[in-house]
Amino acid sequence: MSISARSQPSSREAAPQAVVIGVSAGGLNALSAILPQLPADYPLPVMIVIHLPPDRNSVVAELFDEKCALTVREAEDKEDILPGHVYFAPPDYHLLVEADHRLSLSSEEPVLFSRPSVDVLFETAADVYGEGLIGVILTGANPDGAAGLKAVMAAGGRGLVQRPDLSYASAMPEAALEFSPQAEALSLEQIAEKLREAVSI
Amino acid sequence: MDAEVTDVTPVGNVKTEDIEIRLLLEAIFRRYHYDFRGYAMASVKRRLIQAREHFHCQTFSALQDLILHDPGMMTAMLPYLTVQVSELFRDPLYFKAVREKVVPHLKTYPSLKVWIAGCSTGEELYSFAILFREEGLFDRTLFYATDINHDALKKAEAGVYSLDRIKLFTENHRLSGGKGSLSDYYNAAYGAASFDKSLRKNVVFSDHSLATDAVFAETQMVSCRNVLIYFDRELQDRAISLFKGSLTRKGFLGLGSKETLRFSSSADAFSDFAHDERIYQKRDGT
Repeated sequence: MSISARSQPSSREAAPQAVVIGVSAGGLNALSAILPQLPADYPLPVMIVIHLPPDRNSVVAELFDEKCALTVREAEDKEDILPGHVYFAPPDYHLLVEADHRLSLSSEEPVLFSRPSVDVLFETAADVYGEGLIGVILTGANPDGAAGLKAVMAAGGRGLVQRPDLSYASAMPEAALEFSPQAEALSLEQIAEKLREAVSI
Repeated sequence: MDAEVTDVTPVGNVKTEDIEIRLLLEAIFRRYHYDFRGYAMASVKRRLIQAREHFHCQTFSALQDLILHDPGMMTAMLPYLTVQVSELFRDPLYFKAVREKVVPHLKTYPSLKVWIAGCSTGEELYSFAILFREEGLFDRTLFYATDINHDALKKAEAGVYSLDRIKLFTENHRLSGGKGSLSDYYNAAYGAASFDKSLRKNVVFSDHSLATDAVFAETQMVSCRNVLIYFDRELQDRAISLFKGSLTRKGFLGLGSKETLRFSSSADAFSDFAHDERIYQKRDGT
């Protein structure tokens, strides 16, 4: 077999392929400062875990769909992940990314008392997108997401964390920064800007 | 001719551990005939990582070595590969819809067969048995409760649940439109609630795999909730075609609150019956 027939190593500066966001207490306001800032032609899928009381008929996706240029939906099991779409984990289900770029739901045990779990989304997304993933941790009062963001960065992805001093609840971003000191600590406005810049050439 | 010696380097972007997982699942299938090859891999991988840590293996290949050479290890692995999280009357609105919308149709049949597919440790089965008793259908119904996990089936057959779960079960039962008190159906002792054995008298517990087995009976209702989400689309399709094959015309299929027939090739064989509760009805002539 000749060398030329082998697959080429990927370029060092990997193009971003997807965004994952984890957020808890104070999450609706924080997301309101970011999601509406993304343009209609935003080329990445955005997958979000927000901790809410278990309630089958969550209206969060509908609420943001009205506010945003992007298409915002509650994730359905085994649907294809499409660019420019925002997917919320349904209440009481974990959201996972499959290698064939489809979404899976799971009613396995809560992780760190959370279902959906930020860690579960981030770890499975990191496994699939590797260095093409941007992980974002926002306001929250528990440590869910810290291990997940660490997995994102260990796989070569990028980590953006809301500055704890600017967060409604600081425990979640603090834990994330403790696990991943090299992650960028930013304001919500800066995070929105970074997400736009990441895809501009 | 001299052999040419060249350095070998890995090819392609597939991770070694993903190759190992595929091989492990293939080994489990060939050795023990448990078929997890069509499961949704993101969740399987997470649980295999937990198993790898629990059994102190460096790699999935090392785990495979243990499993292939020790049937006891396969038994110990099953809880990692099957998800056993349920509760009585989980999603009470589903059972309310069964009670208020499906039962009136079922009452027109002189005898009934109901298949609880992927019954795990039995919570779904007891929910149906109690509901059918309250609605006067129990004595004319034969239930099939199936799962691939023999240990889970044994627990289902025993019908004993931790007493600290009863509060949730009782609230769910009430929200489902339950007519009596849930406490009429169990005895509490030593921190456990033991469900009345009369609830099991019309029940056949059986090993059955949606991945490898065929249809075994004609049924008027199939309830299979939060099972399909652990399958990939192809295996989901196989399972749904089994349900279609089992159901009589105008039979009912109940799925989990986030499961859908949308991606199934059998979708046309069903119509929405209670949309929000994910209850479907098999169409005429399919």
